[in-house]
Amino acid sequence: MNTLISLSVYDLMLASLLVLALAGLGARLQLGITQQLLIAAIRTTAQLFFIGLVLKQVFETAQLPFIGLIMLVMLTVAAWEILSRQKRKIKGWWGFGISFFSLFVSSFLITLIALLLIIKTEPWYTPQYAIPLLGMLLGNTMNGIALGMDRLIQTAWQQRAIIEQRLMLGQTAMQAIREIRHESMRAGMIPIINAMAAAGIVSLPGMMTGQILSGTEPVEAVKYQILIMFMITAGTGFGVVAVLHLISKRLFDARDRLRFDQLLAEKL
Amino acid sequence: MLKVTDITIPELEPISFELTAGECLGVSGESGCGKTRLLRAIADMDEIEGLVCVDDICQPDVSGANWRKQVALLPAESQWWFDTVAPHFPDDVDYSALGFTEQVKGWSISRCSSGEKQRLSILRLLANKPQVLLLDEPTANLDAENARKVEAVIATYLETHKATAIWVSHDRAQLERVASKRYFDFSKNLMVLLAKGDSK
Repeated sequence: MNTLISLSVYDLMLASLLVLALAGLGARLQLGITQQLLIAAIRTTAQLFFIGLVLKQVFETAQLPFIGLIMLVMLTVAAWEILSRQKRKIKGWWGFGISFFSLFVSSFLITLIALLLIIKTEPWYTPQYAIPLLGMLLGNTMNGIALGMDRLIQTAWQQRAIIEQRLMLGQTAMQAIREIRHESMRAGMIPIINAMAAAGIVSLPGMMTGQILSGTEPVEAVKYQILIMFMITAGTGFGVVAVLHLISKRLFDARDRLRFDQLLAEKL
Repeated sequence: MLKVTDITIPELEPISFELTAGECLGVSGESGCGKTRLLRAIADMDEIEGLVCVDDICQPDVSGANWRKQVALLPAESQWWFDTVAPHFPDDVDYSALGFTEQVKGWSISRCSSGEKQRLSILRLLANKPQVLLLDEPTANLDAENARKVEAVIATYLETHKATAIWVSHDRAQLERVASKRYFDFSKNLMVLLAKGDSK
């Protein structure tokens, strides 16, 4: 049941007319979005074609070192992206190291488990599976990790007097930020919990829609979507746990004293 | 017994002194002269040079948290993180010691006055049964009557628990009352050890 209708260049041009019409309307009404809109449309076209060509190459050669390199680049870019969303961040390489490690746990390890134990692709790094899965996990778990990290650092900063007061009363560092950690865990997990609750009723997840459009049996597409949802949830959870643990450790020294000198000043 | 050896606070000479069980050291001086930093150093809240010991246990011998259970710092402004009073305390606290009834447990923190918070924070500090009390202006928000009550409660605590205290205050008359033998004067940015009664 493979009934994918291939899109021609003219089909895409037809679709682009809609964007052009919007740009024209924007210019006429002086809404000030025309230039941005056109640049973004050109960017998305160029970037997607480029990645399409790269993927084509990767799928044809399917060599582990090349695939590994691509995965490494994906992880690195995602780790930078997490850092750039932080209002205050941990100084130096620690900040990058903590985000990278959390993403490694949340995305790479989970993808590996899925490939080796659940989907059982041969070989495990078959790029048609490995790269989209990793990409989907990175894109989704990144949000949770960035939110949890931001909440922990921001709240600890705002409540530093309270944290010190709790330390003065003889609490350990982990006891003194217990409630803040709980709250940050919640902040990181809420988006994916909401997505699971709304899936299928409010929204048809993108991957499932894509599979159905390309001719996959809906029930097969649903099974993959459930797999992905569970992987994203587990990945986000483990990733947020890792990031909260590492950052909590970094905010205190060996004598359980709060040390904000580890933080960079607020981003303006 | 509290023994402080060569604590170094920026811009001040290294500080050393000893307090025996039951003794209370009064400390006064202009704001910004290092009183609070001295208390924080003894409570191991800041990284410092020098050594602080209680009996034969010194700062590096125990974890930071266990040290601060024994060497309790009362900050000038108390902090509260639960909505009501009770969760901040262990179950067996005697609230009546500073004039509260059991009903205080249900009070909402946001409705407490600064004086009520100050008295509650002293009860909270004593609930840990610390060996050393570091009191940073413990009666600054209290009227004369309540200030006297606090002085009496602390004096009784020091006697019954063989504890020691350092009492920071701007109120010289109060220091004359609470300090056992002598007090430090931080004025002129120099710490001078005075015998009690020498202040004028």
